[in-house]
Formats: sequence, C-alpha cells, structure tokens
Amino acid sequence: MRFEPLTRGIDAVVIGASAGGVEVLSVLLAQLPRACRVSFFIVMHIPRERPSLLPEVFSTRCVLPVKEAEDKEPAQPGTVYFAPPDYHMLIDRGPALALSGDEPVHFSRPSIDVLFDSAADIYGERLMGLILTGANQDGAEGLAAVGRAGGRTVVQEPRSAAVAYLPEAALQAGPVDAVLAVDQLQGLFAHLGPSNG
Amino acid sequence: MTSNTFDIELPLLLEAVYRKYHYDFRGYAAASLKRRLMQAMERFGCRTLSQLQDRLLHEPVLFPTLLDFLTVQVSEMFRDPAYFRALREKVVPLLRTYPSLKVWVAGCSTGEEVYSLAILLLEEGLLERSLIYATDINAGALERAQAGIYDAARIGGFTDNHRKSGARTSLSDYYTAAYGKAVFDKSLKTNIVFADHSLSTDSAFSEVQLVSCRNVLIYFDRQLQDRVLGLFRDSLCRKGFLGLGAKESLRFSSHSYAFSDFVAGDKIFQKEAS
Repeated sequence: MRFEPLTRGIDAVVIGASAGGVEVLSVLLAQLPRACRVSFFIVMHIPRERPSLLPEVFSTRCVLPVKEAEDKEPAQPGTVYFAPPDYHMLIDRGPALALSGDEPVHFSRPSIDVLFDSAADIYGERLMGLILTGANQDGAEGLAAVGRAGGRTVVQEPRSAAVAYLPEAALQAGPVDAVLAVDQLQGLFAHLGPSNG
Repeated sequence: MTSNTFDIELPLLLEAVYRKYHYDFRGYAAASLKRRLMQAMERFGCRTLSQLQDRLLHEPVLFPTLLDFLTVQVSEMFRDPAYFRALREKVVPLLRTYPSLKVWVAGCSTGEEVYSLAILLLEEGLLERSLIYATDINAGALERAQAGIYDAARIGGFTDNHRKSGARTSLSDYYTAAYGKAVFDKSLKTNIVFADHSLSTDSAFSEVQLVSCRNVLIYFDRQLQDRVLGLFRDSLCRKGFLGLGAKESLRFSSHSYAFSDFVAGDKIFQKEAS
C-alpha cells in the first residue's frame, strides 16, 4: 500500500484513543524511524488524579523522545507529546502547546476533540488526524474538523479495534482519507520518515 | 479559510471589548479563548465573531454573560490535595514565623481555593493573624465567591480532597447544608477581602507572604504570563512563596531567575532573597 499521499507534507500527527489504546499505540510508536521529523500529540482517556505513566511506558518502546506536554512549550519536531491527566491539551500559535482546565467535553478531560480542533486551526493541511480504538464519541467531531481544514484523516479499521465505538463514530462524522487495520497503520508509521517534515 | 477570517476577527473583537468595557483579553492564549468564544457565539446565536462584536458593542447588557464565558473557572476545594499538603507541611512552618500574614489568591473565580486556604490556615492556627486577598476581574464570580455557597453535590469531592490534604478537622465543621446547597461559615470570611483586580492591567497592591495562583496563567500568552509573574515578584516579601497549578511552570518566563523551587513536585516556589 502506498502511504505517500497520506504522509506528504505532514508536520504533525494528532492521535486520539481511549479503551484499548495503550496496546495499539505501543505497536505503532515502536515503528517510528529515528529520522522522523513529525510532532505527535496524543490524547488518551485515562483516570484523573493519577500521575500519568504514559510517557514512561512509551519511552521504552519508541526511539523518539516521549514526554508529557507542558504549558507554552514550543512543539518540537520528532517528539511525542501526551496530554497530562485532567487538563485539555491544545495547539496554539508558534506552534506551541497550551493546557486548559476548561469543562470536560463528552465527559473527557483531556478531550480528543479539543486537541484536534485546535491543531486543525494551526496546522491546516500539514496535519494528520488519527482515531484509534475507544469507547466514547469524543474525537469523532475533531477528526471531521481536521478534514475540513485540509488535513489528512485516518481511522483504525473498527473490526481491528479493541473497542469499535470511537472509530465507528469517527466514520459517521464525516468522510475520511483512509481506514486502516493495525498492520497497515504500522506501515504508515514506519513511513513517517524525514521526507515528511 | 474560515479559520483565517476568525484570526482577523479575534483581535478586533478583543480590541472592541477593551475600548468599550476596559477588560483586557488581548494577552489571553488564543486557542482556549477561541473555544470559549465559539461557545459564546452559540449562546448568543451569532454565526461569526464580527456579529458577536456588533452585539457586544451595542447591547452592553450582554457583556456580563460574555465575561462569564471568558473568565469563569470551575474549580474544587482542595483541588490537587498534594499541593495543600505541601503548603501545610513545608510552607506553614515558615509562615508561622511572621507576626502577621498576607495571602493573595489571584484569579479566585468563585472562591473554592480561597475557602480551602482559609480552612487550612484556621486548622494551623494562623487564620486569626492572616489577611487573605481574593481577587478576580469578574464581579459576578466575586459575588459568588463572597457568598460561599456551593452545590451540595460537590461537597463529597471537596471532603475527599480536604481529607487527603492532611486535614486536622472535618470539612463539615465549616458549612451548613440546606436545600441542596452547602453554605460556608461566615466566620471564615472575617479575614478575607474580596476585590476586583485585573492581572492584565492593574498593579501590585500589597506586600504578601504567599501568592496562590493556580490554573490561571495557562490561559495567558507568554507575554502576559511574564507581566503577571512580575506582579507576583513585586508583591512577595523577601523569601515569600508562590504556588502555581500542577502543570504550570516558570521555565518559559523571564522571571524564572527571581524564584527558586521550594517544593518542586507541587509547584511551590520561593522568591530569591536578592
């Protein structure tokens, strides 16, 4: 399968997942090449008030630096950022990361929609949105916003997802560029090399 | 395309609000501001920010509602209990050495944090000799803070947080529950001054030993953050304390040199002696 139409000119990838997300993300982030120049912003729904172990968990499985987002931090290429528990993560001008304690969206803080909307504003067509497994509709509208802003939209094949609810909601919310099973997503991530950023 | 137009309209609207109502949101972080303005547009039935601007300029009665959209933060009492525990265990012993204490809760919104600090100081035997300045730019939020009335449904969470903060008393000692509301004890307010103050445009007003300003700076851009941290530096006494939100830092500020980590994990900083 040719991934080049999906990845050409991409500066950033936003990823949203909830139930079952840790497993699939582990497999995907492990594929990223060391030369990758793309910034990754990830919202995973996790219980609040627990110090997030996600950056530590994924650091061991990914050759790129993996960290929890800090407010006003400039977004670096070739870096994987996770939203901290109980805060929304947004992309602001710069591009830089911004956090907010605003109301939960679809009962979620961090919210995938909030990240995707704000990233679509800043990156426009240089953005890829990816929706993975999940049990909540948060993220479906955000992916549609990425598409409207000219970005590439990718959804995990619902049958390959631990929980199909979120990918199905994303497919219903608007047209998407690709629906990929986990092995195809692995190929996509391996393809996110230096030529894209 | 839509987003480009929005980017043109946004500074115009903020300029209009500033000139008409003297509230300065021009230094607020754009991404969060945009979300809140979209919600306000929906509430007022406006398709564009320009329409919202038109209505705000010509219907002043709408402004307080907009102010709520832009400024109200729903917090919790004793949010992040570890922060209050660190204040209690690490900062209070030093605050005890002052004959009288001044504390500034900057951007207090509806007051949850103010009452949390008042209760903590009371438990530690310091409230009597303390004065707490609780400031915000939203007069409506300040009124709610001053009333000290919260939904009874929220009290369970508050109580849990309070207990985890190393409480010496029970939270139920401080409120009366009636008709689905919890009314906090008036005596807590004896040492609190509620006042209108803008971190964007007003200056420092008193020398204080502790500033608590949590989850307010994240709504400001770096330039405004710098201004505000400068205000805190100017307000704090030598070796005074600054408490920020769990995900806020001084790392990207030009005032970082003026502070050192005091309890790094809980975002408590101390003003340098010089």
